[in-house]
Amino acid sequence: MTGQANGRITRDDVIDFVYNEARMLDEGRFSDWLELWLPDAIYWMPLDYKQDDPVGATSLLYEDNFMLRLRVERLNGERTFSQKPKSRCHHVLQRPFVDVFDPETGTFQTVTQMHYVETRLDEQQLLALTVTHDLSTSDNGLRIAGKKVELLNCDAAFGNIQLLP
Amino acid sequence: MNAAEINALIEPERVHRDVYISQDIYRLEMRHLFSNTWVFVGHDSQTPNKGDYITTQIGDQPVIMVRHSDGNIHVLYNRCPHKGTKIAIDRQGNTGKFFRCPYHAWSFKTDGCLLAIPLKKGYENTGLADSPNGKGMKSVGAVHNHRGFVFARLAEDGIDFDSFFGDSLSSLDNMVDRAPEGRLEVSGPPLRYMHQCNWKMLVENQTDTCHPMVAHESSAGTAVRIFKEMGEPQPRPAAMQIIAPFMSPYEFFEDMGIRTWPNGHGHTGVNMSIHSNYDAIPGYFDALRDAYGEDRAKAILDENRHNTVYFPNIMVKAPLAQLRNFIPLAANRTLVESYVYHPVGAPRQLTEMSAMYNRMINAPTSIVGHDDLEMYERAQEGLHAEGMEWVDVRRLYTGPEDFEAEAVENGTTERQMRNQFNAWAKFMTATMGDATSVAAQ
Repeated sequence: MTGQANGRITRDDVIDFVYNEARMLDEGRFSDWLELWLPDAIYWMPLDYKQDDPVGATSLLYEDNFMLRLRVERLNGERTFSQKPKSRCHHVLQRPFVDVFDPETGTFQTVTQMHYVETRLDEQQLLALTVTHDLSTSDNGLRIAGKKVELLNCDAAFGNIQLLP
Repeated sequence: MNAAEINALIEPERVHRDVYISQDIYRLEMRHLFSNTWVFVGHDSQTPNKGDYITTQIGDQPVIMVRHSDGNIHVLYNRCPHKGTKIAIDRQGNTGKFFRCPYHAWSFKTDGCLLAIPLKKGYENTGLADSPNGKGMKSVGAVHNHRGFVFARLAEDGIDFDSFFGDSLSSLDNMVDRAPEGRLEVSGPPLRYMHQCNWKMLVENQTDTCHPMVAHESSAGTAVRIFKEMGEPQPRPAAMQIIAPFMSPYEFFEDMGIRTWPNGHGHTGVNMSIHSNYDAIPGYFDALRDAYGEDRAKAILDENRHNTVYFPNIMVKAPLAQLRNFIPLAANRTLVESYVYHPVGAPRQLTEMSAMYNRMINAPTSIVGHDDLEMYERAQEGLHAEGMEWVDVRRLYTGPEDFEAEAVENGTTERQMRNQFNAWAKFMTATMGDATSVAAQ
């Protein structure tokens, strides 16, 4: 992620950030991944197609820094029985659309189509995602100000989705 | 199987594994247990206007719950009387004044009565008018709307609604009373969570108070540790209110208490519960006091029941206005639908708390739900191990129990599980002759 802290953010920086985030998740570097989040950021996964109210009706996820940290530390924990053995995940990304690109204010938004695969033991599931990243510049370069993950089949009945699509 | 063989699966302090793993038993449950009991269908706020409907299941039976032109709720089998085509398959919609089968355009009023058949002269003198198929869409045996909650009994004859639920309705009533306007409205679609396990494992887990601090240590225990590491900031993170109480010690759950009612109903949290220590929501008590007066408002809020099981297959949390429906799809497959309701007249913040609980605890993406499902699915597989055929439910069993009498006991008893199996045998065999066989089903 060169060129972020000391110079102007380029479109490639923004796109690289999205790819790098997915790579962290796929490689299980969850603690590093937590460092990407700004303190007030929210990870939202709607339950309803085109859901507009994230908190008045049920969402699949609506997690602040505390919940994300809890989620990651649980994944790394000794008595996390649903992760014995551990799950693995895999993202395939289409090139992100950069819908907002404003280096002056340090505000960026991307929309990325992804296929997400999660596996554990003999089970494997495939989810089709539309992921919206709100990114902002900070002293450490680009950081996540908000992430919204829309599942194509959000209204389907799922088994466990244990990692982070 | 006959009634004697069914009864032989249930002993006072243990049950045979076949009640969880046998597909033959599952089929008998669908024909008998889910026909003879009152089963939750939906909430009437899901169908507020005439012609509004939802599609769902009672056991394995596809049904439509619909608001008829007279304003009443009807529950119809979702099957065209002609060829069997499902009349509607979207989860909810509005059909106007009548249903119309998409195959041959037979049409029906929203109470199921036959309205019209195209080219009807082709049925003259064929006997259709006198056959069941000529009457229209069949209604279930009986329907009852209790303060918005719609239940149905598939069987034409059987126990009436009030006799079946008795005093257990106090939990549903408390849930509705918590709305200043005395009614609830569904808030968004339910979570839908697929479990590869028997439906009864989920129902039993609702009053299993010895598992949270073990199975959920990874989530609740970690939450408590992180909170301490952060220096216990105030106000505490919302997650701490909801998840941390799962780590309460055994003594807490013992003191919570368990109450059982006849016919398999019961609840945890007689004296207090993990829901007792939530932060007050500004304006909520004032709204309740204005509606009910000070004393009554306090009495309503002082009741903090944890999980109430309505046998056979739902659970409600009155303080959080939640309902979970454990829909049995096969011996080893259960669909869990978890609803949140808005208590009308209460601050939206209350519903936001309920929605938060729902996604943190009941979602397929929930770090708490993950460990529950893990336990159920391990049990579903483990029960096939030969050499031990019985499942133990004898915790705090002290001798013969009378489930026809209400009882309050230590909160870690498995009496409610025994109560459920007592009711299970009762309603499985109520209409089962001595010679009933699976093949005959």
